[in-house]
Amino acid sequence: MAEKILGRASNQEVQPGDIVDASVDLAMSHENTAAISKKFKQIGPKKVWDPSKIVIPIDHCAPAANESYAANHKIIREFVKEQHISHFYDIKAGICHQVLPEKGHVKPGMLIVGSDSHTPTYGALGAFAAGIGRTEMAAVYATGTIWLRVPESYLITITGQLPARVSAKDIILHIIGNMRADGANYKAVEFCGDTVDTFSIGGRMVLCNMSAEMGAKAGMVAFDEKTKTYLQGRTHDRYGPLNADQDAHYEKEVHVDVSDLVPQIACPHTVDNVTAVSDVDSEIHQAVLGTCTNGRLEDLKEAASILKGKKISDSVRLLVLPASTEVLLEALQEGVITELVTAGATILNPNCGPCLGAHEGALAPGEVCISSSNRNFRGRMGCKDADIYLASPATVAVSALTGKITDPRGV
Amino acid sequence: MKGRVFKYGDDVNTDVIFPGKYTYTISDPKEMAQHALEDLDPDFTKKVKKGDIIVAGKYFGCGSSREQAVTCLKEAGISVIIAQSFARIYYRNCINSGLPPLVLDDTSEFSDGDEIAIDVETGKIENVTSGKTYTVTPLPPFVMEIISDGGLIPHLKKVLSHEP
Repeated sequence: MAEKILGRASNQEVQPGDIVDASVDLAMSHENTAAISKKFKQIGPKKVWDPSKIVIPIDHCAPAANESYAANHKIIREFVKEQHISHFYDIKAGICHQVLPEKGHVKPGMLIVGSDSHTPTYGALGAFAAGIGRTEMAAVYATGTIWLRVPESYLITITGQLPARVSAKDIILHIIGNMRADGANYKAVEFCGDTVDTFSIGGRMVLCNMSAEMGAKAGMVAFDEKTKTYLQGRTHDRYGPLNADQDAHYEKEVHVDVSDLVPQIACPHTVDNVTAVSDVDSEIHQAVLGTCTNGRLEDLKEAASILKGKKISDSVRLLVLPASTEVLLEALQEGVITELVTAGATILNPNCGPCLGAHEGALAPGEVCISSSNRNFRGRMGCKDADIYLASPATVAVSALTGKITDPRGV
Repeated sequence: MKGRVFKYGDDVNTDVIFPGKYTYTISDPKEMAQHALEDLDPDFTKKVKKGDIIVAGKYFGCGSSREQAVTCLKEAGISVIIAQSFARIYYRNCINSGLPPLVLDDTSEFSDGDEIAIDVETGKIENVTSGKTYTVTPLPPFVMEIISDGGLIPHLKKVLSHEP
């Protein structure tokens, strides 16, 4: 898939290892747009290469937590206006990696770059999507092109029916634990198999989002009927899926049978420090449900099915951040938010804040947090002397109930 | 170029190089430098001198795409980063910021404080303290050009100004 998409974007036949100059189909930048706009001006051009191919959401610290964030947001709004960028999502929309697919910007076969390391999320819809830095994004804004090394591809086949309360998050944590944090560094990772076929686009997004945590340049799932259905009503544009050939070559093939998988958890302070939830004995002070990894309606519903009619532990703060306003509205309409709030959850507006220690929900020294997010590095949630565990929405919800890290099976 | 070694291990991530809490509150590179490696080596900013070199294990710079994790080290005085491997976004950010990233298969023979001399063009590394020499694959010419121009912004400025 990677070779096909990069070949199409660079208008040539490509092999892994080739360096190509590729035309970008879509570029995404969030709060770092302020810094990017300054670098863009240093390069020289008056206008961005194509304002219709740039999407800018404000999501990392929304609404602004203080004056410096507010000034940053102001620069972004001015840049958007000056450059006539029509696809701008101010603080009311949600997290970039949820908003772009929802609003129909992500289409199969596209080459997408984003100035965010979890950009591979868009691969769930059959796109090649890679994270880049600020300077590079300024160059893309100026030229619409980027040099890329064509990555070797890995194929991860996931088969078997998942046991109850075990989800896509447990699968990807299990895979990262085995392959390690650099197990797919520079590689394009394709996920397939009957388990992936049954997954919603949301489940596929979990896999692709966290492929970044094993170093992948892109994580992808082939286009199928589920993709087509998801895109209906979200985009009227034509698109050209580029799935792999039947006889495609992969540098590495991994098979994972998930029929007997138990709930997984990443322990402090690396994402590949993975074990079974039942092996961990720790009290928690905060539980975070949401983020670009697990903040979709199905995740909130899973948590609500556990918390409905119950009360979370008095010693726990449960923060819920729906990934987007669309998710929040659906959750409101279906009564999910009522169930969560009644159980003791604190609902935050859709934004990234706590996940990177930027806004709300910071931890204190000595505190322990369980989160449905994707990264648990030391200091990630604003305090270097706090511990962060990563797990599925079900594990987060059950742990909020008991006040300690708890296996969700049987609940 | 010559410098002293700051030695670190595997998987040095962007959160310990430059904490996320500062990503949108600090925009001045000099101020970024004051927080470099804050959560890994609190003494780094006190000890680092212009020209010093980071030598690390595998997967240096994993995590976020935040470029400040490169900017803060460059601004603090770091002239080269040698590691057994780099996370891919970090590697590109180094090139685009004009800070050469060199890949050496085994960095275990280097110690904190070693004096080393590097020729980035040829890939020759001499550990003056231990007397040992090493050769790494030099960076491709088009990457070297970006680095010699001082990073992607000055490079593009140069390229675009030459276009008709």
